[in-house]
Amino acid sequence: MTLVVIPAFNEQSTVGEVVRTVASIGLDCVVVDDGSTDDTAAVARGAGALVVRLPVNLGVGAALRAGFRYAVRNGYRRAIQVDADLQHDPGSIPDLVAAADAGAHLVIGSRFAAGYEVGKSRRLVMRALARLVSRRVGVPLDDVTSGFRAISEPLLSHFANDYPADFLGDTVEAIVIAHEFGATVAQVPVTMAQRRVGAATSGARAFGHLLRLLLVLSIRPIRHRR
Amino acid sequence: MTGRAQIAVFVLAGIVFFAIVVLVRRGRLKERFALLWLGIGFGVVVLAAVRPWLDALSEFLGIQSGTTTLFAASTLFLLGLVLHLSIAMSRLTEQVRDVAEALAILEAEQRGR
Repeated sequence: MTLVVIPAFNEQSTVGEVVRTVASIGLDCVVVDDGSTDDTAAVARGAGALVVRLPVNLGVGAALRAGFRYAVRNGYRRAIQVDADLQHDPGSIPDLVAAADAGAHLVIGSRFAAGYEVGKSRRLVMRALARLVSRRVGVPLDDVTSGFRAISEPLLSHFANDYPADFLGDTVEAIVIAHEFGATVAQVPVTMAQRRVGAATSGARAFGHLLRLLLVLSIRPIRHRR
Repeated sequence: MTGRAQIAVFVLAGIVFFAIVVLVRRGRLKERFALLWLGIGFGVVVLAAVRPWLDALSEFLGIQSGTTTLFAASTLFLLGLVLHLSIAMSRLTEQVRDVAEALAILEAEQRGR
């Protein structure tokens, strides 16, 4: 059983279409509304999705963990995370599923393998991160910040317990967590639309997040497990 | 340390003491943290009041002026307190996240039934 998890924060203009497209493929889906102040929850419900509504905005990672917890509690063995902003083409879901069926616990949809364009400095940072994570995980990955993924048991249960909430934690750090858990990581090329609504995080804030991530990654090997 | 500086310390300590009592009375400050603040205030007042202790401590640390010792001690206390608060906040952030996620899932399941 597969559940599509769609984290959404103020995406009322696009979440309905995402839900309908996913439903047309014949998959169950849950929209995790990350404390939106617009009509995201109502629109998603109207489109036929089950909505898990966080009472406050906690970040993508928290929304995802809530989605994974919901999936595990309700007996799903696999979760597919898809953005609510129409950036991810649900038509690529079968590609993710095929790689997951082939034995990868974490399948990452890579936009660069399919010729996606981003700004120069952003591309540089993303490439450096990809190289860093690839070396750590031992699998060549070129889009480690992609949020288009398939997660299968037993990794799904692990993520339901331990999933970082901070920006970049929910993407980059999660790959390292999966690897340390002993999961198989793989990537498949997917097509992604250029971002239609919302802006990418940039500037000093992004730099701060980056520093936090580097600290996390360097401290992880010596971290005390709770 | 001059007598005037001593008086200033006492007055400040009095104001802080009063403010803390008021905050606790209104339920704005947990007793646990109030005790911490009162303890720090008490320590500063004792050091300021009993000159020989302050002077002995200064001499032991190799600091010439008692005032500097007092400042250094309070800076250290404050650093410790801020670190303590950062730790408490980290724990709270995690707890808030846990509670919010659990609540959201329960609510969704309730609705689906």
